Amino acid sequence: MTTNTVKRTETLQVTMPSEREVAMARVFDAPRELVFKAWTEPALLKRWLYGPEEWPLAVCEIDLRVGGALRFQWGPYEGKYMGMSGVYREIEPPDRLVFTEMWDDNWTGGETLVTMTFIGRASKTTVTQTVQYSSHAARDAALKTGMARGMAQAYDRLAEILAGKANQEI
Amino acid sequence: MMATLKALAEPSRFQIIELLRNGPRPVGDLVNRLKLPQPQVSKHLRVLSDAGLVDVRVDAQRRIYELRPAPLRELEVWIERYRSIWEENYQRLDVLLEEMKAKEGKRRRRKR
Repeated sequence: MTTNTVKRTETLQVTMPSEREVAMARVFDAPRELVFKAWTEPALLKRWLYGPEEWPLAVCEIDLRVGGALRFQWGPYEGKYMGMSGVYREIEPPDRLVFTEMWDDNWTGGETLVTMTFIGRASKTTVTQTVQYSSHAARDAALKTGMARGMAQAYDRLAEILAGKANQEI
Repeated sequence: MMATLKALAEPSRFQIIELLRNGPRPVGDLVNRLKLPQPQVSKHLRVLSDAGLVDVRVDAQRRIYELRPAPLRELEVWIERYRSIWEENYQRLDVLLEEMKAKEGKRRRRKR
């Protein structure tokens, strides 16, 4: 059943289950087989997993087996890019996915371990993504960096909006 | 930023900011639109001015107020911090999943 009506967006829930972790949970209106697929097939990931400032996911290499490598790279965009590499630790379609992540610029203060669970209920799927940092300090530092990045983007967007507004006023 | 929030948290002052969003206005115009006595409007304008939200310039006999975007920008940045990049990504994923569901449905029907 497909409708063209605009749906209310599900809310993203962010929690801190332990002092080294950050978890994000979100409900999707699709069976978990499809959600799992959208998370593990490069052609599908490239369609939705953008980077900061809407940078496209230019490189997405996935060797989907335990011990297999993954490589994600957003950009280059205006000469800049952001990338990370990792290894799959657990693969249990369509329930569970565990992999390591190491960012090129190491903004997370060491490797992180990402555990994803896909829980199905009445044709909907709850995806929980738990990121475990190398330490409590690394987690807090990463949150601050993420925040600073968000702020930098917000400033850029605002600068554009205000530039537009300034032109109107002239 | 607390000063900005405090200044905005009063309905008449909030309304003044909304009115000034479309461009500078003389005090008389604000008094007419708010339907409040002039001294009261002046008091609100003073609070907004102290919080850095409005600027005043004198044009002949008229005092013209205009919005200063800086404190609002600060507020916007603060709100922006709470919006994660993931929200936008997940909204894109919602759209993709709808498409995948539709395709899946077609394939199933063909198989029958």
